[in-house]
Amino acid sequence: MHDVVIRTQELSKHFGAFVAVDKISFDVPAGEIFGFLGANGAGKTTAMRMLSGLSRPTSGAATVAGFDVFTQPEEIKRTIGYMSQKFSLYEDLTVRENITFFGGIYGLSDSAIKEKSDLLIEQLGLQGEVKKLVGSLPLGWKQKLAFSVAMIHDPKIVFLDEPTGGVDPLTRRQFWELIYAAADRGVTIFVTTHYMDEAEYCHRVSIMVDGAIKALDTPRDLKQTYQAPTMDAVFYHLARGAQRSAD
Amino acid sequence: MNQLLTFIRKEFLHVLRDRKTLLILFGLPIVQILLFGFALTNEVRNANIAIIDDAHDEASRSIIGMIAASRSFHAHALPGGHSSIDETFRSSGVKLIVLFPANFNTDLMHTQRARVQIIADASDPNTASTLTTYVSAIIADYQKARVQTTSLPYTISTNVRMLYNPQLKGAPNFVPGVMALVLMLVCVMMTSIAIVREKELGTMEILLVSPFKPMLVIVAKVVPYLLLSLVNVASILVLSVYVLDLPVQGSVVLLVAVSTVFIITSLALGLLISTITNSQQTAMLFSMMGMLLPTTLFSGFMFPIENMPLPLQIISNVVPARWYYIIVKSVMIKGLGFTAIWRELLVLVGMTGLLIVISLRKFKVRLA
Repeated sequence: MHDVVIRTQELSKHFGAFVAVDKISFDVPAGEIFGFLGANGAGKTTAMRMLSGLSRPTSGAATVAGFDVFTQPEEIKRTIGYMSQKFSLYEDLTVRENITFFGGIYGLSDSAIKEKSDLLIEQLGLQGEVKKLVGSLPLGWKQKLAFSVAMIHDPKIVFLDEPTGGVDPLTRRQFWELIYAAADRGVTIFVTTHYMDEAEYCHRVSIMVDGAIKALDTPRDLKQTYQAPTMDAVFYHLARGAQRSAD
Repeated sequence: MNQLLTFIRKEFLHVLRDRKTLLILFGLPIVQILLFGFALTNEVRNANIAIIDDAHDEASRSIIGMIAASRSFHAHALPGGHSSIDETFRSSGVKLIVLFPANFNTDLMHTQRARVQIIADASDPNTASTLTTYVSAIIADYQKARVQTTSLPYTISTNVRMLYNPQLKGAPNFVPGVMALVLMLVCVMMTSIAIVREKELGTMEILLVSPFKPMLVIVAKVVPYLLLSLVNVASILVLSVYVLDLPVQGSVVLLVAVSTVFIITSLALGLLISTITNSQQTAMLFSMMGMLLPTTLFSGFMFPIENMPLPLQIISNVVPARWYYIIVKSVMIKGLGFTAIWRELLVLVGMTGLLIVISLRKFKVRLA
């Protein structure tokens, strides 16, 4: 068993009387691809924001890479990468300018940025597009670039908030190859998704309904437990009891 | 520090990439100055006026000669006589008619009471009153000249001096106004849009999860526009000195310092707008309606504040441009120093401090 890099204990977030996240507890070991599933409004994004230091939990406890979410959000920010559902690069900057900028705000030295961006451009096969504006690239490439940029400071954990929204299945597949490669290097991947085929790619999957975690296991065991042929069916079985409507 | 520089460099790239914004940024002040300087002016030049001279004597001819020599008028004789007055106003572009009755000079010599009639087209009241003042002044000049030669026992001669702006040019009034307008517009709109754009695109979230301090995000957003606005101040001043012949009477250093304060006021306003809006379009609308309109109406450069009803005068006090306008006029046109403007400056600094505090509080450090 690897070290635990994310640990939450009865972590909750209330907005007034509304309980967005209701006492969630789980451990994520290093190098795992942890799928975080739930319908819209189930509380996934709120949970993820608490873990990434953006939002202060109401109660409970959680550590990310050994840092406390209540007292050490700045240390957490330094050790994690983040890519959101909205495409998160600047379209009016070139490929290299984007890499330089994000490297820069993570405090990388100029020489480190140079080295990193050369490597990254080579890995993604973007040599010909370095001076092109990101806005002119196809969506699949943008997404791969965004993922690589989120990894530029060698984070221990990467949070991906619906990273493959609006991308065709083939590109999604290629994107997941990047994720696997990162996990093989020991990076922990915490990913939310709407696509059930992607849920199958995860090592373990948790399913959130109405702010609470209803199930957490490997995709295979989940299918067995709920006697369902696909993850889609498992999700449907658990989520149809939801009280909250999608927002 | 290195992180901040990276960020500022990125902001400059955004501005420089966007040709349209760039054009607005640097084209606006130039266009405004040239427009106000040469097109939208209250000065009356080359106004068409007509003269009916029934006297045809020495006095009337002298006055007509003086009128014709004036650059304000383009005078011509109206041959049709009195019956054509109405028709002239209606059909031609004539703004004013000067009418000398018969025996003008004789009346003047013997009864000491001669009459001249001035008929003006008052459908544009400002031009009408300006033109009648000009004509009356010319007639008064003529009278004065005659009085000196004939020497009457009692005369009151008025000695008028137009301080700070002897030629009554429009530029001293509008250059400070344009400065206030341009800085307000550029700073408020550009900063609010620059920040809201990050929210709209979702990059703000990425920035907030990074170790980069949210406070520095604001600094980095504001610095490029501060610098670009100073360039604007410089270009307005250069234009007004070399194109409009309006020298800076007071200290240029003081003027730039005060402008910097006003730029910061505007940037803080832009920041405030960005915290209460979520899309670039709303931010733009807010900036236009919320800033441009009050700035033009209440800064005092288009409509004198003293002429407004009391409630509007009170409202005008919260418009930062009003105070900046007073300061720029004092320093640039009247050549006054710090001691003359410190009260207005204090108001401006107070407003700026308040705006910064409010907007920083509203700027959500954590998105919760």
